[in-house]
Amino acid sequence: MNALPFDLQVLNACAALLLLLSFSMLAQRRTVNLVNLLAMQGALLVVATLVVAWRTGETHLYLSALLTLALKVFVLPLLLHRMIRRLNVYWDTEQVFNPSATMLLGLLVVIFSFGLAQPISALASTATRSTLGIAIAVILLSFLAMITRRKAMSQVVSFLSMENGLFFGAMSATYGMPMVVELGVALDVLVAMLVLGVFFFQIREQFDSLDLHHLESLKEDQ
Amino acid sequence: MTPLAATTQLLEIVSATLAAPAFLGWVNQCRAWLQNRRAPSVLQPYYGLRKLFHKDAILAESASPLFRAAPYVVFGTMVVAAAVIPSMGTGLPMSMAADAIALVGLLATARVFLSLAAMDVGTAFGTLGARREMMVGFLAEPALLMVLFVAALISRTTSLPLIADSLTSQSIALYPSLAFTAVAFLLVLLAENARIPVDNPATHLELTMIHEAMLLEYSARHLALMEWAAALKLFNYACIGFALFAPWGTSTEASGPLGLLLAVPVLVAKLMVAGAGLALLETLSAKLRVFRAPEFLATAFLLAVLGLLVHLLLGA
Repeated sequence: MNALPFDLQVLNACAALLLLLSFSMLAQRRTVNLVNLLAMQGALLVVATLVVAWRTGETHLYLSALLTLALKVFVLPLLLHRMIRRLNVYWDTEQVFNPSATMLLGLLVVIFSFGLAQPISALASTATRSTLGIAIAVILLSFLAMITRRKAMSQVVSFLSMENGLFFGAMSATYGMPMVVELGVALDVLVAMLVLGVFFFQIREQFDSLDLHHLESLKEDQ
Repeated sequence: MTPLAATTQLLEIVSATLAAPAFLGWVNQCRAWLQNRRAPSVLQPYYGLRKLFHKDAILAESASPLFRAAPYVVFGTMVVAAAVIPSMGTGLPMSMAADAIALVGLLATARVFLSLAAMDVGTAFGTLGARREMMVGFLAEPALLMVLFVAALISRTTSLPLIADSLTSQSIALYPSLAFTAVAFLLVLLAENARIPVDNPATHLELTMIHEAMLLEYSARHLALMEWAAALKLFNYACIGFALFAPWGTSTEASGPLGLLLAVPVLVAKLMVAGAGLALLETLSAKLRVFRAPEFLATAFLLAVLGLLVHLLLGA
């Protein structure tokens, strides 16, 4: 077996850990832990971005690593933690619908996305192309998490994790998006987070819970 | 077959059989220390076995010949399994008899006989234990197979000594797939050997027990063989773990008699570290409800399959 250069090994390990974190988010019952997992995902993204930046020598990737560190490791998790405190849902748990079945479904999703990525990464010329499959898997697993969750908070966390997957995918396919796009996305995510925070309070005001199940009924007296 | 290979083979079988109770004793001793109790001697399992071998066996009236044969079958399969696991040397003549997949089959044979014997007498506890054991077994087996498949894919062979050989000779690199499968293997080890998150080896006559429930009808030499076999199973699992994830220090055919001599203290050191780690893990974790055990083992399966997929995609 031919040994890869060390930086690529680190990148592969980061990718594998990202996948593992996505699965732990899928299985996690407590909302607080979900936020912590999201922060860990952000930290892994920072490491991966730094490795790619060091390997390719693209300076804008260092900036984007800095941006990720500030936004996804510190600001967003802190915002979410504050919201959890304010909403008083620190001890909230959530019944995950049949964890083993969800996990097996997640495995199928991973196999599907690896198959999906195979032809794309065969065409790509970047050294990081093999991690594209994992990026797609992270995106689709976050989708799955959003589908299986009912609480507003965990859906938002899954949504943010999906954004992480997109970011990682862009990095492995084309060494990251242009700086303008990245800044735009970062701002969007931040604003979305603030708007969703307002929504949380509104939803709770209306229904006394963050369960989105209540939004599905059309009449109030149900 | 060279004399060295024959010596290695003989030494492995004899030392595994004789040292297995000591390993169990070491784990128990570490557990006692961690729980601030006065620890029993490492030799305690031997005293227990000697006591049991001196007693007269009592059989239930409804016991069939299978009930009497099962301890010998279970013990025998464990000894054969010990013969094909490269704990000290990789030049094993008997490894031709069974590769990694057949080894899983051997362990399954022992499980089937143990469960059949538990159901044989027809007591409620025995049947309950047997059914739970089969539940744990059928979930743990695919996870164990997946773990072995990943190692086999990396080294391109299913023979356990050759896997250990090729993993030793590889350059040090980060293998996320091996890390995932190592965690999966640890979970399988805990479940299969009736250790704490799944079963509590220290309890007797409790509604949550699995392994103990199956042995309730056994006495004297039959019970001794069953307990010895359980100790040997733990020893075997530890050695499979070393062969897959820490194969350094095992002697090869090239390293000669000196290598074999050196392999003995290395194995003892590995076993001591593994036993202490196992005791620490058991002290830190709480027992799961029986109905949460499938989730525990599904996690093991998931990790093993993730390891496989990551290996296929990243080649690492």
